[in-house]
Amino acid sequence: MSIEIGHYALVLAFVIALFQASVPLWGAVKRDGALVAFGPQAALVQLALVAIAFIALTKAYLASDFSVSNVYENSHSLKPLIYKWSGVWGNHEGSMLLWVLILSLFGAGVAVFSRGLPDDILGATLAVQAMIAAAFIAFILFASNPFTRVIPAPLEGRDLNPILQDPGLAVHPPLLYLGYVGFSIVFSFAAGALIVGRIDAAFARIVRPWVLVAWVTLTLGIAMGSYWAYYELGWGGYWFWDPVENASLMPWLTGTALLHSAIVMEKREALKVWTILLAIITFSLSLLGTFLVRSGVLTSVHAFAVDPERGLFILMILIAFIGGAFTLFAMRAKAMETGGLFAPVSREGALVLNNLFLAVAALAVFVGTLYPLALEGVTGQKISVGPPFFNLTTIPLMLPLFVAIPFGQRLAWKRGDLLGVTQRMSWAIGVSVLALAGIAYSIARGPVLAIVAIGLGVFILIASLDDIRERAARGGFEGFFRRLFNLPRAFIATCLAHAGVGIMVIGIAFTAFEKEKILSMKPGDSTTLGEFTLTLTGIAPLTGPNYTATVAQFQVHDGTKVVAELRPAKRIYVGRRMPTSEVGRHRIGFSEVYVAIGETSEGDRVDLRAYWKPFVTLIWLGPALMGFAGLVSLSDRRMRVGAPRPVARRNEKMEPAE
Amino acid sequence: MTRKQKRLAIIFGFGAVLAAALALILTGLRDQIVFFRSPTEVVAGKVRPGENFRLGGLVENGSIEKSPNQMVRFRVTDGANVIAVTYQGLLPDLFREGQGVVTEGRLDPSGQFTASTVLARHDENYMPREVADALKKQGHWQPGKGEGPPKP
Repeated sequence: MSIEIGHYALVLAFVIALFQASVPLWGAVKRDGALVAFGPQAALVQLALVAIAFIALTKAYLASDFSVSNVYENSHSLKPLIYKWSGVWGNHEGSMLLWVLILSLFGAGVAVFSRGLPDDILGATLAVQAMIAAAFIAFILFASNPFTRVIPAPLEGRDLNPILQDPGLAVHPPLLYLGYVGFSIVFSFAAGALIVGRIDAAFARIVRPWVLVAWVTLTLGIAMGSYWAYYELGWGGYWFWDPVENASLMPWLTGTALLHSAIVMEKREALKVWTILLAIITFSLSLLGTFLVRSGVLTSVHAFAVDPERGLFILMILIAFIGGAFTLFAMRAKAMETGGLFAPVSREGALVLNNLFLAVAALAVFVGTLYPLALEGVTGQKISVGPPFFNLTTIPLMLPLFVAIPFGQRLAWKRGDLLGVTQRMSWAIGVSVLALAGIAYSIARGPVLAIVAIGLGVFILIASLDDIRERAARGGFEGFFRRLFNLPRAFIATCLAHAGVGIMVIGIAFTAFEKEKILSMKPGDSTTLGEFTLTLTGIAPLTGPNYTATVAQFQVHDGTKVVAELRPAKRIYVGRRMPTSEVGRHRIGFSEVYVAIGETSEGDRVDLRAYWKPFVTLIWLGPALMGFAGLVSLSDRRMRVGAPRPVARRNEKMEPAE
Repeated sequence: MTRKQKRLAIIFGFGAVLAAALALILTGLRDQIVFFRSPTEVVAGKVRPGENFRLGGLVENGSIEKSPNQMVRFRVTDGANVIAVTYQGLLPDLFREGQGVVTEGRLDPSGQFTASTVLARHDENYMPREVADALKKQGHWQPGKGEGPPKP
């Protein structure tokens, strides 16, 4: 019964979304506050209805109600409770429902925090957000309905794909979608501002917190996905330049650019056209990512069960929204005057440089991801564009950007002093050079680029953090701590986020020094791995709740004592008879010993892959710090105050668009 | 600097970065792409000697031979032609006989394919699209097999 309620609630949500997409918009255009006032209410009702639909599906999963086709396909009665939960979004239909839930959540969020928003902007924004919601609810109802029944109901489900049965999956998609879909509200604000025709510093001030929320969750979501791939897939890698990964990286790159350009727009009324364009592009890339993942037009390890009809539906949504937004943009572009002049060497100049490199990197990823599709469409030739292409194009684009980070954050607005900035960093530069020399000496041999990159990471880390000390120390030691605690949180956030970049760079650079061994062992055999000795002590069977496993036991010896016991395993899941690997890992500081086993032959001979991965955890700690920094920035007073409330704006004449 | 000079400097800087990026992208697209070939295309001589390419098809039934040191031999078929493949390393969890596979590597002079990677998949029902197309071309495509889970 509850599943029908959920279905019905979703249909109602569709109707509400259509209402919300039209009435407040009319109100915004006609400057009728009473009509606009329907917007926030509709947004809240829409969220409630979508939430009911989502809860209904979740309930069916928790109760293992196999009469629901979606539950039958993706669940199993023996599955542990947490995976019954996460199974809701571990499949196409359910994840689209989560998508829409988050879409409604952001709409409702704007409705709740609408204090201080001009009526017309609020109405137009909520209307655009509702258009997106209506399109995707229609997609769920007509092309991927999770509420269809199977009659008669099967006795047992087909189980969730075993590699998705992992705590990481419980967190990764919701975080990623919060980011992906979070940019929808930024898009809606941009479209709203274009419709209303008022694009000014206030727009940037309104939109910045939402950009931050979306960016933080997207950053954490991508990092989480990368970490999950690292420990679950057993390949030992953290990024594969898979089309689906690229689909999430592209909006991240443009979203990061947006985060920076919005600062310029807010502070200096410059880069208006570009900021609006980035807002549109970022969500367009999110939509494109959704299309690429769901349509199966690109070969990817992430493939959901593929259905051309669905792909076509999303493609139509994609074209309608991107086309509509760009048409609006083109109509208003002339009216958007560029303001605020600045010297090339200035804070603005640095932020423009940041935007240039990020946007060009996004372009490179875009070309590499879609080129195979275009080539096949034109010539019929099938190709794949892999890591060599992306490394060749993105690394040279990212390195100059990374070098510029500590300089950029110190430059003054309007006109900066590059020499002065360099002098202020002399301490940080000195320490980094010493660190680089130390690292080069201790590593002795290895790829020069990697050693330089480690030095660069150390430089970004130290120089970014040193900015905090430097600001607090201005005016002598007396009052250092008082000044330290009174520093604006947004400034501290900048330093922390940039330090996070440095940490990540160090982690990535150290992958050049990892040690890998692929071999087969019998119990009693040992092998060396860096400065460790790995001994296979035994192989044993194990029975889990919904799988059986072969577990290999290893001892890691550091020359004097046993430092760890590893238990990598090969699992066979009951539901799908599908094997998966469980990796055995031991962390030492920021580094890891990593062992994955393959098949067992001759009873007790096991194939395995063992790695020593120095400083590997920094790859995810960096983004985690970036995400944390985003939260710190969100807590800044300026963010909470938001845009100043316009007094009696409604009675004024329509302002010319600026 | 006058306003005009500033603008010129900025435009020139932008142009330089964009040009460099485009040069990188174009070089990458020329040198770093990997073609996908079916066994029939390989037999027809479409592959240059020493070229790195992706070979896709089904793992022929009964063709997997494992030897010590993780050496694996198997044959990839598209129903019409067969290519022998050797690979040293751990196979992905879902590597099975009769299932679709994509491998990347080079052909040696004897016509044997040495794979450097055997690509893994996330889902047992998933058939790489290239493989499905190659099989369709040879008329060996059975819809429903590998095209998503069967409908109840």
